Amino acid sequence: MREELITSGRMNPLIDPYLNAWHWQIPLYLFLGGLAAGLLFFAGYFIITGKESKYQTTVKYGPIVALGAIIIGLGALLLDLKHPAYFWQLYTTIRFDSPMSWGAWVLLLTSVVSAVWIGSYLKEAFPKFGCKIGFMRKLLKIVIVEKDTNSWDWKFNWLQKFEKYAQDKRKAWAWVMVVLAVILGVYTGILLSAFNARPLWNSAILGPLFLTSGLSTGAALLMIMTKNHIEKLAYSRIDLLLIVIELFFITHMFMGFLASSEVKVEAAQHFLGGDYTVTFWLNVIILGLIIPGILEALELLKFKIPVIVPGILILWGGMMFRFIMVDAGQVIRYLY
Amino acid sequence: MRYGMAIDTKKCVGCSDCVVACQTENNVPHGYSRDWIAETVEGTYPDLAMEIRSERCNHCDNTPCVRTCPTGASHVTEGGIVKVTHEECIGCGACIESCPYDARYFHPDGYVDKCTFCDHRVKNGQDPACVSVCPTHCMYFGDLDDPNSEVSKKVATRKTKVLAPEAGTKPQIFYLI
Ligand code: SF4
Ligand code: SF4
Repeated sequence: MREELITSGRMNPLIDPYLNAWHWQIPLYLFLGGLAAGLLFFAGYFIITGKESKYQTTVKYGPIVALGAIIIGLGALLLDLKHPAYFWQLYTTIRFDSPMSWGAWVLLLTSVVSAVWIGSYLKEAFPKFGCKIGFMRKLLKIVIVEKDTNSWDWKFNWLQKFEKYAQDKRKAWAWVMVVLAVILGVYTGILLSAFNARPLWNSAILGPLFLTSGLSTGAALLMIMTKNHIEKLAYSRIDLLLIVIELFFITHMFMGFLASSEVKVEAAQHFLGGDYTVTFWLNVIILGLIIPGILEALELLKFKIPVIVPGILILWGGMMFRFIMVDAGQVIRYLY
Repeated sequence: MRYGMAIDTKKCVGCSDCVVACQTENNVPHGYSRDWIAETVEGTYPDLAMEIRSERCNHCDNTPCVRTCPTGASHVTEGGIVKVTHEECIGCGACIESCPYDARYFHPDGYVDKCTFCDHRVKNGQDPACVSVCPTHCMYFGDLDDPNSEVSKKVATRKTKVLAPEAGTKPQIFYLI
């Protein structure tokens, strides 16, 4: 067989022997971004469809977790930067060609919109001002007055007005949120697929695949969070559907690679017999998709399944998926 | 004006003089390199062919590294030279991930660094350090837009190849084969 053996004298740290420029921060950032996208999508969706009375956890508490996830995600991104003191440079330009750039902007916008959303629901979500933690109390007291033991109000008139405005225009906010959530979800995939230089990432299916995966992790978390049986059941069904779509996309991704150029066939081989096979199939496909899928199907057939099990498995699978994709994508390259 | 290089793989002996010259000229931190030597052996024993070549950033015409940079730190300057403005670079690594040749690295000070075609020398009419020290004179630097430049003539008269053309970046370093 004709072979080519290449030896390179280059030994740059983090670049050789295999690229390792992105560590745990980026996959964590992608996972949390996808999770937030899922949580916000469902919150917006159930307002638009007028079903919020059934989905109280989703609309009131989901966005709080989402905002937390975005903030931690941005923190992870900051930790990934090797020149973090210049972080603000991200916000001095918008570069449409650069997924990193619009990711930073979308995350900023999403956190503002979800903060408004949370604010407009805060009185319903936390009717009593029961905060016991000293510094949190002080912090909240800047904008909040305690009326009596059972209720509180915003300290400033303009905040009260803004709250009213946000509540009146809830549907409009919901639309903004759904659109932003979809962009955020797709973005987590595009961040990788925009890199033509990494054969494993360079697949158009990654955007929809990461969006679906983000939605399913969001649904899984809401399924764990809610105490309402109807809401739980709904998310168990949604998750089942999303799992099927994800499996379809993943099959499609590999078929695409196998029908493509040599480097992409090689990239797929890493998952079909190569060194990522066990990690990927065990964590992402079996634990993250097939087992929770079966459990949720059983649940639909009226078996008693504690939702925490499929919920955690889906979250685990979603996170591992991103870690494996980021790691493997860097190992597989054009030269050497 | 389009700067580019032609590198004669038939003349290169892999002495690494270009690597050392670059490290000295550009104060490249210890353990890092902006250019390097690659050796390939191709074929089936005993019918083997060997090639030695000096590699660096290809100063591509289609630059994914510039496109994916979120801050504009990575940019194309006069003559198609691809550079990084250190004060604008946040060290996100997007450009590193987007270069099919892995020609960039994180400088220990945080920003991303790479070959500049020694533009500080080129401005004064000199060749890049690597080109100027090569003992076999296997590298040619100059304006590819000018048909009379030495580099254009080499590219026009010799059989050439570029690295990983399938990556679609349109490299401007041509290997004479
Ligand atoms: S070789 Fe890499 S760093 Fe240099 S211009 Fe091409 S893509 Fe950019
Ligand atoms: S590491 Fe620096 S030069 Fe590279 S993409 Fe990020 S900001 Fe731009």
